Amino acid sequence: MASTDLSINTDVHHAHEEHEEHHHQNFFEKYIFSQDHKVIAKQFLFMGIMWAFIGGFLSILFRMQLGWPEATYTFLEPILGGWVTNGKIDPEFYLAMVTMHGTIMIFFVLTAGLSGTFANFLIPLQIGARDMASGFMNMLSFWIFFLASIIMLSSLFIETGPAAGGWTVYPPLSALPQAIKGSGTGMTLWLISMALFIVSQLLAGINYITTVINLRTRGMSMTKLPLTIWALLLTAILGVLSFPVLFSAALLLIFDRSFGTSFFLSDIYIAGEALAHSGGTPILFQHLFWFLGHPEVYIVILPAFGIVSEVIATNSRKPIFGYRAMIGSLLGISVLSFVVWAHHMFVTGMNPFLGSVFMFLTLIIAVPSAVKVFNWLATLWRGNIRFTTAMLFAVGFVSLFISGGLTGIILGNSALDIQLHDTYFVVAHFHLVMGAAAFFGMFTGVYHWFPKMFGRMMDEKLGAVHFWMTFIAVYLVFMPMHYIGIAGFPRRYYAWTGFESFNTFTDLNTFISLAAIIGFSAQFIFLFNFIYSILRGRRATENPWHSNTLEWTTPVLPGHGNWPGPLPTVYRWPYDYSKPGAPEDYIPQTVPFSQTQSSNMPQERDLE
Amino acid sequence: MVAKINEDANDAAGVHPLKFALWLIIISIIMMFAAFTSAYIVRRAEGNWLEFDLPSILALNSAIIVLSSITMQLAYFSAKKNNLGTLKMMLLLTVGLGTAFLIGQWYAWGDLVQNNIYFGGSGANPAGSFIYVLTGVHGFHIITGLIFLLIVLASSLRYKIHSKKMLRIQLCTIYWHFLGGLWLYLYFFLLLNH
Repeated sequence: MASTDLSINTDVHHAHEEHEEHHHQNFFEKYIFSQDHKVIAKQFLFMGIMWAFIGGFLSILFRMQLGWPEATYTFLEPILGGWVTNGKIDPEFYLAMVTMHGTIMIFFVLTAGLSGTFANFLIPLQIGARDMASGFMNMLSFWIFFLASIIMLSSLFIETGPAAGGWTVYPPLSALPQAIKGSGTGMTLWLISMALFIVSQLLAGINYITTVINLRTRGMSMTKLPLTIWALLLTAILGVLSFPVLFSAALLLIFDRSFGTSFFLSDIYIAGEALAHSGGTPILFQHLFWFLGHPEVYIVILPAFGIVSEVIATNSRKPIFGYRAMIGSLLGISVLSFVVWAHHMFVTGMNPFLGSVFMFLTLIIAVPSAVKVFNWLATLWRGNIRFTTAMLFAVGFVSLFISGGLTGIILGNSALDIQLHDTYFVVAHFHLVMGAAAFFGMFTGVYHWFPKMFGRMMDEKLGAVHFWMTFIAVYLVFMPMHYIGIAGFPRRYYAWTGFESFNTFTDLNTFISLAAIIGFSAQFIFLFNFIYSILRGRRATENPWHSNTLEWTTPVLPGHGNWPGPLPTVYRWPYDYSKPGAPEDYIPQTVPFSQTQSSNMPQERDLE
Repeated sequence: MVAKINEDANDAAGVHPLKFALWLIIISIIMMFAAFTSAYIVRRAEGNWLEFDLPSILALNSAIIVLSSITMQLAYFSAKKNNLGTLKMMLLLTVGLGTAFLIGQWYAWGDLVQNNIYFGGSGANPAGSFIYVLTGVHGFHIITGLIFLLIVLASSLRYKIHSKKMLRIQLCTIYWHFLGGLWLYLYFFLLLNH
């Protein structure tokens, strides 16, 4: 780990000289191999959006198979080629699509796209830093992610198809190329890509944590940090602690696949022939995987928590309710996320006593989650709510988080899980609570910080259409899934028409697929709005939302170094909205108490 | 090279950002080995576990790595006191001992193979495979440590390390001590659990 190479552009400080200098940067230094956190954030955002459309498109393909199992899909031959034979989607390719949809959405969109965009963009801007602690490491993180992306993307085009063992890549299925076509080259590429992805996430996470801890501006104590930064900091900590474990698991799996070891394999017969592997245990992989896998769902949702808290407070024109409780619940969720992994493994034959311990710990997570929901609702309560598009998505997030979270209480029960494990009930639960909800968090962030990213505003009308279509479609897709899940309908099945008991759900499946197609089409409205607004959107002002945090004290388009003059000094917390006695309904963090004597609280008099 | 970015920032932690980042890197490496060693324990508890004697050369290797930590620390002290001649010699000695450790580990692998303990293949038991993985991944990190040492050695030859410019050698010392400590943990872990 050649830490000495992590040099930092020392010019960053001398803002005036630096201004001169960045005009001399050529195109590659400025937009491609940039070390500026804002450019890297945009690179992550563009990649994330691209991946989201690929991942979404795959889900539409397999929803078509589920919704109209009898239909012929000859018209897909130009796209899918050999994966459609006689108008039927190949069953193994169906599994590959499900696998890739999960992998892409969880890792490439909602981890890299969400944290990558907003941690990079917001951390330096909201804590008052010129850039990340190490711009070079930050750039490296993006380009390793880019390499991982290319490898993952290329696996979609190889003859044996991409990995097909589910996004959790459980061995022995994923370990044996004989088992399924996708466990051949596709799985190898998956593992290489994920190993690179983990390296990228570690570089990024180390940078985020270092920056938040070390580079806060004068006056920015930990209890004056916006909740976005708290959430992103804890996300990075979770990543640094859990991704190495996935790396270990992936490494052992690579050894099992390519070097003939038997960590996860034992006593396997394929086509009547015994394999040489002996002495391994596949459950071990599940333990290692879910030790990452469970914190991973919080890596996905915590940034959304932060973004939503910020947007709800700003657009309710009210201080966030229970700021310290919000930090406390973030901390609580982060700690608990490491001790609940085995609730994904209730049906692996684990000791029922151990199961009840994990059940107990899992259900405790409901407490900090409920604290958060309560605080969001209490912030909205009697606020002067402005329904900007970002606010719509933030409120939508709270709604999805509640409806998805409630089923978590059911699934966390080791007894109920016996019926519900690996059914569409699980699919519905996690899509609402971490899939759609995290996407809503991402949309909230994009709509809210778009003016600071691109200096222009997004169209609010198109935004509202996008919101309502997406919001309704999400519920229309996932609510019915609960019902088929309770009926025992298993996930990842290519065809279910052969089962008498599930035939009654044909209409419901068609309905879900239709809703999914509508929801996916709505995203093109967003794409149009996004691209059009970058090019032609209405020009933004410095602080269009009348927000308090530091990023809105920068110029409309902040240059490299963020603030043209000295760094701002922070005097107050970020949530002084509608303070009684103040002339405006917001007081930015940079305004000292001596200038706001009319609105100071008795305890703030000392600070004047 | 040295980050001055926090010059006008509130340096709350009082630690240089790169040093802080190094500690985070160390934490992530610890998590990786925590995963391996807990997997080892879980797997061993399942039975069907091959018991064998550890190669005796591992004890010698452990002594070598402890020695290299001492020379590294001496290099650090001499940099602090501006004894640049001693600094170079100690750094060179550390590189030499680090390489000797790696060669020793290689011989340990040879020992294992002679005793029919294989990494993979039909005769391999996870008990053996785990030893190769633990020593191999640790060895990889030793290589990164050696590269870091060589960078520090190169800059010491150009007189770029002295009492006013300690960051680089300080980071290198922390990393090298960590790698030594990590090996001692792995060695005692293997002694206790085989």
